[in-house]
Amino acid sequence: MAIETTSIKRETLEKLFSNWLSEGKRILAPKKLGDHVDFALVGSLAEVSLDQVQTVQSPKIAVFPRVEELLAFQSTDGNVQLRERDLAVLPETVIFGLRPCDAAAFASLKAIFDWDTPDKLFSARLEKITVVGLSCSRADEYCFCTSVGGGPGAAAGSDILLTDMGREDFLLEIISEKGRQAVRSVSAGLQPDAAMDKESRLARVTPAFTVEKISSVLAALFDDASFWEKQSLRCLGCGACAYVCPTCACFDIQDEGGASGKRLRCWDSCGFGLFTLHTSGHNPRPLQSQRWRQRLMHKFSYMPERQSVLGCVGCGRCSRACPVDMNMVEHMRAVAEAKP
Amino acid sequence: MEDLRNKARELLAAKAVQVVVGYGRGTGASRRAVFIQSAAEAGELLFDNACRQNLAVYLMKPEVRKLGKMALVAIPATLRTILQLASENQIQDLELLALVPDASGAVTQLATFAAIEAHVVLQDNDLSAAEKGELQKYEIMGMEQRRQFWEEHFSRCLKCYACRAACPLCYCSRCTVECNQPQWIPVPAHDLGNLEWNIMRAMHLAGRCINCGDCSRACPVGIPLHLLNQKLISEVYTHFNSRSGMAAKADHAMSTFKPNDAEDFIR
Amino acid sequence: MSDFNPKIVAFVCNWCTYAGADLTGTSRMKYSPQVSIIRFPCTGRIDFMLLLKAFASGADGIIVSGCHPNDCHYSSGNFHARRRWIVFRSLLDFLGIDVRRVRFSWVSAAEGAKWAQLVNETAEQIRLLGPFKRYHQLRGLGVE
Repeated sequence: MAIETTSIKRETLEKLFSNWLSEGKRILAPKKLGDHVDFALVGSLAEVSLDQVQTVQSPKIAVFPRVEELLAFQSTDGNVQLRERDLAVLPETVIFGLRPCDAAAFASLKAIFDWDTPDKLFSARLEKITVVGLSCSRADEYCFCTSVGGGPGAAAGSDILLTDMGREDFLLEIISEKGRQAVRSVSAGLQPDAAMDKESRLARVTPAFTVEKISSVLAALFDDASFWEKQSLRCLGCGACAYVCPTCACFDIQDEGGASGKRLRCWDSCGFGLFTLHTSGHNPRPLQSQRWRQRLMHKFSYMPERQSVLGCVGCGRCSRACPVDMNMVEHMRAVAEAKP
Repeated sequence: MEDLRNKARELLAAKAVQVVVGYGRGTGASRRAVFIQSAAEAGELLFDNACRQNLAVYLMKPEVRKLGKMALVAIPATLRTILQLASENQIQDLELLALVPDASGAVTQLATFAAIEAHVVLQDNDLSAAEKGELQKYEIMGMEQRRQFWEEHFSRCLKCYACRAACPLCYCSRCTVECNQPQWIPVPAHDLGNLEWNIMRAMHLAGRCINCGDCSRACPVGIPLHLLNQKLISEVYTHFNSRSGMAAKADHAMSTFKPNDAEDFIR
Repeated sequence: MSDFNPKIVAFVCNWCTYAGADLTGTSRMKYSPQVSIIRFPCTGRIDFMLLLKAFASGADGIIVSGCHPNDCHYSSGNFHARRRWIVFRSLLDFLGIDVRRVRFSWVSAAEGAKWAQLVNETAEQIRLLGPFKRYHQLRGLGVE
């Protein structure tokens, strides 16, 4: 559908919040928690923090939680009973106030989880989210959405995109049918007048590299061990980057509870040495430099090649969360400038 | 700053070391680790109050160690880490140099463990008054309040193990969390897995942690992990009169004992 | 709460406390049946992780007991254990975990009556504290 541009007053937005809640939807939004801002369930617009550049964690937690139950099992006298998840009871969730980069990330996740055999649980969760994005009026030195096809006011991935126009006014763009349904209860309160200058409210994010350049260099760079060693010398091999990443989708499956228990899906990261360790003791990626290479290759080479989608949206969380300041923009520039 | 750079140039040019691990410019106003391998790169070195990472963590990284003899730009915590690692037989004397910049920018070169020990005794190695005060704030809380405080914090733990990676004394090539026969710590980052992981991390650092605080700084979700370590530093000192990272050869608080160790709860 | 039968796991050393518990039985002394005894070669082997496993597996209370100081079969295992318990107990307390649920004791092979008393006292204490539901629920928290 064509994007429909309207505007909405903050008070109408507040009304919309209570409507969503009374319709039984959960609202996941950035919230101030101590000295940082992160996604949490909220009960009103007043609880939502709107002015941070980014949250610590990404909204992928709504469709790919840190730990989720895949099925339950019970073994009695050798008979194993399986109980699958009841997908119908998964909560309808409005993700409110996420940045355009995060909205774009759902397409990358979907590409992975729907690749080959579609993942039923993921698909069901994805089906039940409504994405209400909020354009960025500020960016920081870690942001690079414009280098990977996004932008501070980009609509891709959102069902609705809001832009804070100041003075309690928001530009509201209805991008999908789901978005139209989500604002239906306040449609009378939407102002059709769209003479608002969205561009003027947006942050400036200067492109730092081009994806074309990166993809042309990366494949040839694979065997350049010294390049990757130099790039990753200070990397300590933790999973902070992967766990805050909105597109990282690797997981581990754990059965808990003995004869009667649950099968759980948990986040995992290619940065960990254990990630590729074989039962034999052989590890095809024994060095941190190889694991760092894997991280970049997966996002910028393997995913575009296999799933026709980039595995990075430029949110910059990996760099902000990194204990040793591995700044993704710099690393991608180094790739772009490398002469393999 | 120029003293430090000159010292690095001199050491690298004379091949006294193969790499100087120090601080350089990071994103924005931050500082990050740099690995200077030639005199020409020495200009990248910086030293100021923003230099906080305990660079001794790189002593245990095989890829860095492989580079050859190392000169390490050291803050007080780094020196104590070096001694602690030495006492745990992880590094040998003369394997590295410590470069200690002072407030005026002058650099002291410490070439032996003995020299580092002599330097460390002059530092204030106790928990600071502010740290003690913060600890006390939690100690005098009610048990239920403390439980809620930690349960809330641990419920946010992602099990990314940044605390472990950033810790220069968490150097095991295979951590207990990676041992799965049996599976000691639940892999999932649910509340039980998170509690057990955090208890284990604190216990395995008891009598060893030198209070650099890098665990808390590394934590992406802001769990005040340093409080657990400081609590145990304080317990180990009070009960066993022992402090980690003071000498290259030392008895470890948790692997030794005194017949008269006092307690009041074993009945 | 009167019908609450606490689950107590006792971690004991082979040489003193286990023999002491044996003596309790052979002396026909009765004591609270809520205790499950796990025998270890020495208190020095009783890792704090084992205590956590007991709680995670449903224990409401724990007893840890071995040879009196200077009586260790391996001469110093209990001294090492004591240091660990001192530190572990204050860590649990700092985390807001009720340390009254973990009872530490020295029971020799000759102290059959002390073992009976220890188990009875612990069972009574845990009965007063109630089930350790808070801890037992942790595994389910944070799973979506």
